[in-house]
Amino acid sequence: MHLRQVQVWIFNGLSSIVCGQTLLSMNQINLRKKSRVGESIIQALLFLAGILSIFTTIAIVYELGKEAMLFFNNPDVTLAKFLGTAKWQPGIGEFGIWALVSATLTTSAIAISIALPLGLASAVYLSEYASPKARGILKPILEILAGIPTVVYGYFALLFVTPILKNIFGDNIQVYNMLSAGMVMGVMILPLISSMSEDALSAVPRSLREAAYAMGATKLETSLQIVVPAALSGIGAAVIVGISRAVGETMIVAVASGAGPNFTFNPLQAAETMTGHIARISGGDLSYNSIDYTSLFAIALMLFLVTLALNLVSQWVVNRFRERYE
Amino acid sequence: MNPHDHFPEGSDFHASLRTRYRTAAIWQFLFLSALLTAILALTALLYNVVDGAFGYIAYEYKDNPAEFTSTPVDELTKEELLIILKTNLSSGAYNKLDNEQPMEKRSQADLMNLFLERLVRIDTKGTWSLTESMLRGAEIRAEAAEKYPNAILEFRSWLTPQFLVAPMSSRAEFAGVRTAVLGSLWLVGIAIFFALPIGTGAAIYLQEYAPKNWLTSLIQTNINNLAGVPSIVYGMLGLAVFVRTLEPLTSGAMFGVTDSNGRTILSAGLTMGILVLPLIIINAQEAIKAVPDSLRLAAFGVGATRWQTVWHHVLPNALPGILTGSILAISRALGETAPLIVVGASTFISLDPEGPFSKFTALPIQIYQWTTRAQSEFHAIAAAAIIVLLILLLTLNASAILLRNRHQVRR
Repeated sequence: MHLRQVQVWIFNGLSSIVCGQTLLSMNQINLRKKSRVGESIIQALLFLAGILSIFTTIAIVYELGKEAMLFFNNPDVTLAKFLGTAKWQPGIGEFGIWALVSATLTTSAIAISIALPLGLASAVYLSEYASPKARGILKPILEILAGIPTVVYGYFALLFVTPILKNIFGDNIQVYNMLSAGMVMGVMILPLISSMSEDALSAVPRSLREAAYAMGATKLETSLQIVVPAALSGIGAAVIVGISRAVGETMIVAVASGAGPNFTFNPLQAAETMTGHIARISGGDLSYNSIDYTSLFAIALMLFLVTLALNLVSQWVVNRFRERYE
Repeated sequence: MNPHDHFPEGSDFHASLRTRYRTAAIWQFLFLSALLTAILALTALLYNVVDGAFGYIAYEYKDNPAEFTSTPVDELTKEELLIILKTNLSSGAYNKLDNEQPMEKRSQADLMNLFLERLVRIDTKGTWSLTESMLRGAEIRAEAAEKYPNAILEFRSWLTPQFLVAPMSSRAEFAGVRTAVLGSLWLVGIAIFFALPIGTGAAIYLQEYAPKNWLTSLIQTNINNLAGVPSIVYGMLGLAVFVRTLEPLTSGAMFGVTDSNGRTILSAGLTMGILVLPLIIINAQEAIKAVPDSLRLAAFGVGATRWQTVWHHVLPNALPGILTGSILAISRALGETAPLIVVGASTFISLDPEGPFSKFTALPIQIYQWTTRAQSEFHAIAAAAIIVLLILLLTLNASAILLRNRHQVRR
């Protein structure tokens, strides 16, 4: 009994001390942000990882620019001749980029003229007509097409499409030709244009379609006169990104379009694109500081600037011309 | 005025309605046929590859096998082959082969290939595609008998187990993809080892830490643009930075490797890592974005720091998405060819890569190389290598889709 009383007394005393001290420390607790070294280090590391992408861009511009400067400092080369002439023969000091640009333009134009109608039509079908079940089957097939490595497309262009074209055009077409490369490139960028356009079409609100149906429009009229115009900014962006992909594509043209610069817009002829030229020349043993080496960087810099401009324009198109619906 | 006068119910209206429906049907058919064209192209591509990888081949022996042995070629045992090789090959050539892989440990099929390649020396006269072989078998036999009377005609699958394990060879009949596949694996391994932590870190920074200011939006725009830079430009960057400027590091000279220049697996792997970095960042960002905010708020509510929240709650939930993104990045790196050409993949490597400072070749490089050869037997092995590559990619992508679906179901 006596012991029990002592226990209660001790317990009460202790608990009052503990509680009191807790209250006391609550009053003194520092609620300001603690400096935590570990957290700061981690945050700094993460920031470095994030900023690395900026360094990548800087490195690209710096390295390409540095070597390109060396190229333009060469007495044989002037910027005016580089951009203004159409003969590329490093052996005799002729560096006219148009000999390569003509092939890039031709193959890209063929590719887009195939990929744009087919890709857009596929997108309209998938977004407006296909049942969910059909979409579930058709979309993955397009995704497979998008996942095939470009070198495989090169094989397909050279050993499947070219022989067929040879049957059609006979001797008018060369073994290596821009038509075959351009057509296969069109198949390669078709899934890109289709999926980007489809995203744009699906983003058009349902109410617009329903309003059109209520006015008595057929499904076709709704799709082509209401939905497609409403999604035009997204479709435009898709086309620009598609062009950028076509301009930068290397392996198909390296395999099927021919080796050797040739200023021509005739798709039945062989001609080397900018990318194809870089791949062929850099594949051999190339000595640093030679004009062949630095000229590749000038081409690459131009390629980088063109694709960068195209990508920026596509982003601008999306932001500037997007129809907003609330 | 009666409002019904304006209501179009005359024959004109019905006629125009019929036209409109007909137009609609025609266009729907056109839309569908665009999609079917794309599918047709895919089918043609796959058919083309399979068609090339199997078919008749006509070949001759330059030296008669009977000069080396009295046993028929098909019945030679491993021991007999060893003796034949030892007695007929020059000792230098034999020792070189023995150094690459001890002769006694090689398989019978391997030795048979050496026998056919080095001594008998097969000479391919012609090859035919699978379709030709199936449809015009009799004609091909007649043609071969007439044009190459001494040739042996047989149906051959170019995609064999031997093709997977054999090293490079200058003769298509004996070439394999082992060195190329190993090179590709090394390459992808280095690229992911480098790009996955950095890419995930960048995504965490952008989603969880970054303040809303000009720098953050610059980084974001920059990442989106880097994803659109042509791969060959990354190749040029790799050539200038990793192959040339950092040559002491990438050639391994700093680590005592002397027999190599900057055109190594390490250079190519790092180039590939930079190439897939934007892809990994964008995918990881999407995955992190999808983690519900309530998780973060709950963690902060019980007093967790920002990193504790990220490490214990955000990352585990975003992991399936991040992994899916990495698998897609791997398959991108596996199929990418142009930067490897620029960085300097060697096309003829018969030794397995030994480490990051080895010279290398990769599967897509071999496909490119073999496709651009003039002889049709090289096209056949290019097709076989494409099948190997596509199967690898298909497996990877299927696992990515499975991972994604499983995650979606669990949610």
